[in-house]
Amino acid sequence: MQFLSYLVRGISLGSVYALIALGYTMVYGIAKMLNFAHGDVIMVGGYMVFFTFCKNQVPPVLAVLFAMCVCTLLGITIEKIAYKPLRGAPKLAVLITAIGVSYFLQNSAMLLWKSDPKSFTSIVSFDGVTLFDGNLQISGETIVTILVSVVIMIALMLFVKKTKPGRAMQAVSEDRGAALLMGINVNGVISMTFAIGSALAAIAGALLLSSYPTLTPTTGAMPGIKAFVAAVFGGIGSLPGAFIGGILLGVIENLSKAYISTQLADAIVFLVLIIVLLVKPTGLLGKKTTVKV
Amino acid sequence: MEKKGKMKKTTKTTLTTFGFVAVFWAVIEILTVSGHLSSKLNGLLIPVCAYMIMAISLNLVVGFLGELSLGHAAFMSAGAFAGIFFYTTAGAELPVYVSVPVSFLIGGLAAGILGVIVGVPVLRLSGDYLAIVTLASGEILKNVLCALYIGKDSEGIHMSLKDQFSLGMAPDGKMLMKGAMGITGIKKFANFSVGVVLIVITLIFVLNLMNSRAGRAITAIRDDEIAARAAGLDLTRYKMIAFVSAAVFAGFAGVLYALNYSALVADKFDYNLSINVLVMVVLGGMGNILGGMIAAIILTILPELLRGFSQYRMFIYSIVLIVMMLFNQAPAFVSWRQRLMARIRPKAAGKQDGKEEQ
Repeated sequence: MQFLSYLVRGISLGSVYALIALGYTMVYGIAKMLNFAHGDVIMVGGYMVFFTFCKNQVPPVLAVLFAMCVCTLLGITIEKIAYKPLRGAPKLAVLITAIGVSYFLQNSAMLLWKSDPKSFTSIVSFDGVTLFDGNLQISGETIVTILVSVVIMIALMLFVKKTKPGRAMQAVSEDRGAALLMGINVNGVISMTFAIGSALAAIAGALLLSSYPTLTPTTGAMPGIKAFVAAVFGGIGSLPGAFIGGILLGVIENLSKAYISTQLADAIVFLVLIIVLLVKPTGLLGKKTTVKV
Repeated sequence: MEKKGKMKKTTKTTLTTFGFVAVFWAVIEILTVSGHLSSKLNGLLIPVCAYMIMAISLNLVVGFLGELSLGHAAFMSAGAFAGIFFYTTAGAELPVYVSVPVSFLIGGLAAGILGVIVGVPVLRLSGDYLAIVTLASGEILKNVLCALYIGKDSEGIHMSLKDQFSLGMAPDGKMLMKGAMGITGIKKFANFSVGVVLIVITLIFVLNLMNSRAGRAITAIRDDEIAARAAGLDLTRYKMIAFVSAAVFAGFAGVLYALNYSALVADKFDYNLSINVLVMVVLGGMGNILGGMIAAIILTILPELLRGFSQYRMFIYSIVLIVMMLFNQAPAFVSWRQRLMARIRPKAAGKQDGKEEQ
């Protein structure tokens, strides 16, 4: 029973990673760049929810919507200012710029909102359930996190497969030049991808902080890196891959925390990344999937 | 002037680089002797030297090999811990002129071994993956060192990855490494001249390497990997040469840095330190060793001199990174700069085009 409880908590943490990883994998698929600053968008989303919901008692749904709007704007602005001028530049330059943006967000937050940890109140007011005569307790946050990420995942898959903008995203990811010749607004698609990814990051931030309620300017960095690990694990560029990778990573992390060592849990997660990259550089679903965004 | 123009470009670079180190050393010595060096600045001398070596060595990987390493601090950490572990245990009974050089050798060796361990898998990847795996390796090493407990008693050496009590030591035992607390009670050895000697050794090695066949192969890989492979270059071998040498020198820098303090903790060598060194390399100009050294000096001393600046330091670093990258690499900016140069100095602009490094 103990094991089951660790497992469920692992899946919940994994769902958050999955949401962040979806943003990573979409941006990677479309813009062919590693958006290092993605994790810090989560942090900004977290602060937005903190100031609206935790400080001023705005209803949670409105607070999250507000955070999503702010993060969407932020994502598009970052793309326009920092990444767009570098299209066609060496990869190293783009990567260093992305690291610069990540540091910029963290340190702006440090100057604006100070570095002292803020304690976050959960956006979920629902108590959770107890199963097996009280042996297995599942918190409301866990249930909401898992449900929300499954719903988002399905919605995103439908969007990409069935709608016109979604197919435009697939086309740009497949061949940017050809997509441009077919009359697809490539810049628009890239902006849209950043917008969707950043909005998802805001939701992920609110859910992550509901379960792990300490908010600092560097809150987003570690989950961001781990979500990238998840995206690579599942096969970068693949939506279902990012989802599965995220869940698996959350489970691995929580189980190693429970059974091996709390201090070494992160080391184990990163070791998994290295092994996956060596054995199967394209990740679990790297080649098989047809949905490539 | 005419004569200088005819001098080989590499010779000129070598002379200015060593000249700069000599001037740097002379200025500091004069300041020390004349008593103008504040104690604050004096305490910074060794870190400055260590960061200069870090910047030179990271330049090998980022500037010359053209791969982004985000885990350079890990090699510094490996060197520091291995070197200091020897220095505080076996080295404690030896005279300083034996224990210090041996500590440096052990530190460099440990960092080099880590470089090989990380390099073999990492160099099969490229670009973003390489960056993230170096970052991951750094985090792994930091986590493991933070959880590592080593103690010694009459029965021998005990090791544990859990806590101090699971070592099961006899009461006469002495802790050598205390997890996140690291190694404490280091007998400080801070000598500016040793730092300068290490810088010179690093420079001799790196400049010779870059002017050799291997060095040209390394830059060829950076400029066009496919063409380099087609020309019959053994990519893995040359990548390993650059990566492992960078690791060894980072190890030396680690020992130098750690000898300056009485305690050594693994948390110090985190992702932020790797980024700091990266900022030095980028600010100094990727592939420009002299620039990297100057940036290392400025970026280490400046925050300490300007009170209240430290809060804004990383903020300014981030803007520096973004602006430098946009200005130097964005296709629109590059062509704008070339047009501007062509208008101001038509001849020089033509030359500039030929020299363009990337």
